[in-house]
Amino acid sequence: MSLPIHLQVEKRLDEPPRWLPVATSVGAIVLAFLISGVILLLIGGDPVKTFQYFYNAAFGSWGALSDVIVKATPLLLIGLGCGIAFRMKLWNIGAEGQFYIGAFCASLVPLVPLMNMETTPRAVVLLVMVLFGMIGGALYGFIPGFLKAKFNVSEIISTLMLNYVAVYWNNYWIYSTFSDAGFQMTPMFPKSAWLPRLADLTQQNRAFSGITLHLGVVFGLVAAVILTHVINHSRWGYEITLIGDNPKAAEYAGIDIKRNIILVFMLSGALAGLAGMSEVSGVVHRLQERISTNYGFSGVIVAWLAKLNPLATILVSFLFGALIVAGREIQPSGLYFLIQGTILFLVISSDVLLRYRIRFVRTSSEAA
Amino acid sequence: MEHNIPENQIAVEMRDIVLHFPGVVANDHVNFTLKRGEIHALLGENGAGKSTLMNILAGLYKPDSGMILINGEPVSFNSPRDAIAKGIGMVHQHFMLVSTLTVTENVLLGLNEPRFLMNLPEYDRKVAEIAESFGMKVDPTAKIWQLSVGEQQRVEILKALYRGAQILILDEPTAVLAPQEIQDLMKTMRLMVSEGKSIVFITHKLNEVMQVADRVTVLRKGKVTADGISVQDVTKEKLAELMVGRKVLFQLNKKPHTPGKVVLELQHVSALNNRGLPALKDVSLQVREGEILGIAGIAGNGQSELAEVITGLRACEGQVLINGKNVANQSPKTAIKQGTAHIPEDRTGVGTAPNLAITSNLIMKTYDSPPISENWHISYSAAQEFAANLKQQYEIQAPSVNTQVNKLSGGNLQKVILAREISSEPRLIIAVQPTRGLDVGAIEAIQNLLLEQREHNAAILLISEELDELLELSDRIAVIFEGELVGEFNTEEADLNTIGLMMTGALRSQV
Repeated sequence: MSLPIHLQVEKRLDEPPRWLPVATSVGAIVLAFLISGVILLLIGGDPVKTFQYFYNAAFGSWGALSDVIVKATPLLLIGLGCGIAFRMKLWNIGAEGQFYIGAFCASLVPLVPLMNMETTPRAVVLLVMVLFGMIGGALYGFIPGFLKAKFNVSEIISTLMLNYVAVYWNNYWIYSTFSDAGFQMTPMFPKSAWLPRLADLTQQNRAFSGITLHLGVVFGLVAAVILTHVINHSRWGYEITLIGDNPKAAEYAGIDIKRNIILVFMLSGALAGLAGMSEVSGVVHRLQERISTNYGFSGVIVAWLAKLNPLATILVSFLFGALIVAGREIQPSGLYFLIQGTILFLVISSDVLLRYRIRFVRTSSEAA
Repeated sequence: MEHNIPENQIAVEMRDIVLHFPGVVANDHVNFTLKRGEIHALLGENGAGKSTLMNILAGLYKPDSGMILINGEPVSFNSPRDAIAKGIGMVHQHFMLVSTLTVTENVLLGLNEPRFLMNLPEYDRKVAEIAESFGMKVDPTAKIWQLSVGEQQRVEILKALYRGAQILILDEPTAVLAPQEIQDLMKTMRLMVSEGKSIVFITHKLNEVMQVADRVTVLRKGKVTADGISVQDVTKEKLAELMVGRKVLFQLNKKPHTPGKVVLELQHVSALNNRGLPALKDVSLQVREGEILGIAGIAGNGQSELAEVITGLRACEGQVLINGKNVANQSPKTAIKQGTAHIPEDRTGVGTAPNLAITSNLIMKTYDSPPISENWHISYSAAQEFAANLKQQYEIQAPSVNTQVNKLSGGNLQKVILAREISSEPRLIIAVQPTRGLDVGAIEAIQNLLLEQREHNAAILLISEELDELLELSDRIAVIFEGELVGEFNTEEADLNTIGLMMTGALRSQV
């Protein structure tokens, strides 16, 4: 009570300057590393050395960098999908399930097989796999979207539950019909079902030897650009923004909200499904257990950190890819989760600075 | 300022009160003096700081600086309890009653007495006695949910009186009342001051100030513009000027106009409210081109549902014909396509998207047609141009068309809505409480805009709780009570008293 100076939190009445959201996000990330550093110190580690190691593990070589991008790819696609749903305040946390169903549907093409894997051109096979992955994810997104639009079922609960359904659905098929000699995985896909990798070009350029970077990242980048355009320059983007800000106003303006809920859920699911396709076709080359290391949930975080902006999602997923790759090299292994959690906490808290300004005020002597 | 009031006659003195809210000075060095036995009107527009000042006196807020004296003695309130102990009672705009308890139980709530055994009949008698002595009709054994809004207000006043309030603050008490109830309330207020109590009467209605108050203090943007002047020494026009900061013409430009063919027709329309209870019962009405039909009624008698049924936002039974086409139970788009404009009651909850820019709000109903969009693509440069034109034409005060609408004042927000709705050259306008809570200047502008549309041959359904507004604007007035139309008049033949009785359900015309 008697401090000479106190903090006063005031609501911002004007628009925050354009650089401020970027500055607070960057500040939050720096602060997260500082806090992690202090914790490292407390448990007897050397923060400077640790972070140096961190850096080298992620960016120290072309191979490491390629690993980072490979890890970032599913996060980017899922982050974009979650971001578009979140813009409409649809809390799709079912990207994990949509990812698995997308991977499953894409895998059907080489596993059944749905076409002659020997003679069909690789481009055709891959295109069909992309379509299957996206349609699978979209249909799996349709379920919670339809339930929400028709019966007002909470999408948080339905998407969360559907995640388990998808994982066990996947398990059933890899343990039974598609099992590779009784192992809990399918046989390796034929080469025509593999997304092209840089390593494929080793003959042309020795530098690409062993580089696992695959075409999936291009899907992510293209999707980010298309989404940016849809959000900012299309009727549909306007409808999504309006519904997100005030569904009642949107209804009053004659916009069909139910239809949009279903469509956005399907788009969100299609992007997660594409991530699943890209992962089985570009990285694992077979369907198996645990093809996702919680990508579906990290994607939620990525979308939030990027403030639902598709282009910012590219940067954030890259950062998260780096954290995952570097985190593998660090003991104790929880450090990665510690930093990730701290960043999320701080970035979300830093939002306050966009809506409020904080002033130091000299306590007036006249106040009783 | 009046310095000649004898010390012993002053009930409350507030000196140099300052209170900051984030971004605004709600009270900027305000002085306020309440004499014993007077009705003192506190006049000002929405957001002028009237309620804030009185919330300070009632112990709800602590001022940043300044001094309060009650009966000449400096006080510092830390909670409403402290203020009650000093004899200050406040009746808020939103009642704080437990709806499942009786009147007496609500009056006793929070008191130390009765301690253990409730001898309710005895307290019922006490409550009835107090009510009667001030001319208030209340049944002490009635449950709150059974009471009308006017009766509930009396319970709030009783609560304050029972706690021994000598100084009573009434925050916009007439806003929820029918004309007769307002007269009753004013009689009660007179009786109370004749008993030596003092009343602060917060309002933004000039007629009421002239009618009941002894003195008046006017606030504008947190500052005092008239400090306790006697009502006899001032005119309505002068008060309006003090309140708004410029001259206000009490003149509307209503020209004689002959209505054309029927645009809107409701045939035996019934609908349920959000709780599934009947809100509209067998409503039939017609509105013609170039005609304003006013719907009078106390809030919550089915007005909102009536507007929603017509604009496609609520399901119903019966027929809603716009230009002869049945739009009942269709989408809002169907009504919009028939040239219906809707000025909704809830400006921030329904009428606008608060976090979006003025442009985005202005194109809400035209975003899917040229020149703003072709096929799937929206041209924001065309939208900006469209918005800039409307901003200029409707005199929307804002830094730019990119300003978020939640940064706008109530009047400017309403202008955004009107600009959007009227610029589409509607055939039918459904206007619900279009001037509620706005300042005098904005009210004038908006009423004139509606009259202008009437001359452009639009059919207008005007739903309002302000009888004065209905009498000034409408060609015909229908009264709604509990979801039924209980009477209809040509405005020239309308009698304020009859309409008032119909609004409270005491009278209905034989149809």
